[in-house]
Amino acid sequence: MIVAERKPLEQISSMIESNSKVLIVGCGECVTVCSAGGKKEVDILASALNMIRIKESKPIEIRQETLERQCDAEYLEQLRGFIGEYEVVISMACGAGVQFMAEKYKNSLVLPALNTKFIGVTEEQGVWSERCHACGDCKLHLTGGVCPIARCSKSLLNGPCGGSANGKCEISPEVVCGWQLIIERLSDLGQLEKYEEIIPINDWSTNRDGGPRKVVREDLRL
Amino acid sequence: MRLNYPPNVKIIKVPCTGKVDVIHLLQAFERGADGVYIAGCLEGDCHFLRGNLRARKRVEYTKRLLDEIGIGGERLQMYNMSAAQGPRFAEVAREMTERIMTLGPNPIRAKNRKP
Repeated sequence: MIVAERKPLEQISSMIESNSKVLIVGCGECVTVCSAGGKKEVDILASALNMIRIKESKPIEIRQETLERQCDAEYLEQLRGFIGEYEVVISMACGAGVQFMAEKYKNSLVLPALNTKFIGVTEEQGVWSERCHACGDCKLHLTGGVCPIARCSKSLLNGPCGGSANGKCEISPEVVCGWQLIIERLSDLGQLEKYEEIIPINDWSTNRDGGPRKVVREDLRL
Repeated sequence: MRLNYPPNVKIIKVPCTGKVDVIHLLQAFERGADGVYIAGCLEGDCHFLRGNLRARKRVEYTKRLLDEIGIGGERLQMYNMSAAQGPRFAEVAREMTERIMTLGPNPIRAKNRKP
C-alpha cells in the first residue's frame, strides 16, 4: 500500500487561512489502512481545524466526505454536485489522489493534507515500513524476495558495502542491512549460488530517470 | 459511601475505556468541555485485557493534538481506578476540577460565548 502521514495541523491550517468554506475529502484505500486519510482521520482533521478557527475567531464551515478512492475518476465524480460550493478542497489522499482530483475539478483549489511517504507494509499495528521503490524492473527473483533497491540504503545491486556491520546499516543502528537480509534469505532457501552471480548495471530508465511513467493496455481500453 | 465530588463533572458511560476514540475526546472539547478525563480500570485488570492500555495511548495522542490545536493537552488526562475505589474517584474528580479551574475555560467555549 501507499503509506502517508498527516501534515502538521499548523501547516494545513495556514493553507486555508483565508478560506471559510472548506471541503475535506478522505480516501478509502491505502491511506485508510495506514490511518492517515480515511473517514476517521477526516473527522479528526475537521474537528481540529474547526477548533483552531473558532479559537482564532474566524469560524469555518467544513463538509466531510470520504470516497472509495481518489485515484479513479468514477469515485471523484461523486463530488461533482457540490464541490463548486467550496472555496478549497483538502484532500486526505496520497499525492496521486490530490492531483487527480485537481485534474478533474479544474476550478477547485485542491490542497494536500498528507505527506505521501512510500510503498510499504504494515509491520505490526501502527508500524509501517518501506518495501518497494517502484523502480519498474523487479529484481526480487534474484535476491530471495528482498529488494536491494528499497532495502539497501544505497540501492546497491551487488552488496553489502563496507558500511554493513553486525547486520545493520551504517546510516542507523535501527536500519537492517538489506544485503544482510538477502544473504540470509538466500542461504535459508539453499540458493546462495544466486549471490555469486553479479547483477549487471541497472537500467534506471524504467525508474523515475525515464521521466513520468505510464502503463497502457490496449486490450482493456474502451 | 455517599461521597461528595464536584457537580461540574459530567459522566459518560462506556462499556470499556477501550471504546473511547480520539474523535470522541476531540468532540468533547469542540462542544465546549473545559477538561476531559478518562477513568479506566486499573492497568492489568481490564476485562477485555488491553482496553485501558489502548485508551491511555489514545489519550497521549490526543494530548499532542490538543497542544497542536492550541487548547492544551493538560486539559485531558487518563486515570486508572477500580470500581471499589469510590474515594479515589471523588479525589480524581476534585483534582481534575482544580486543574481545570487553574487553566480557566476552554478557549473554544470562551470564543463561542462572545456575541
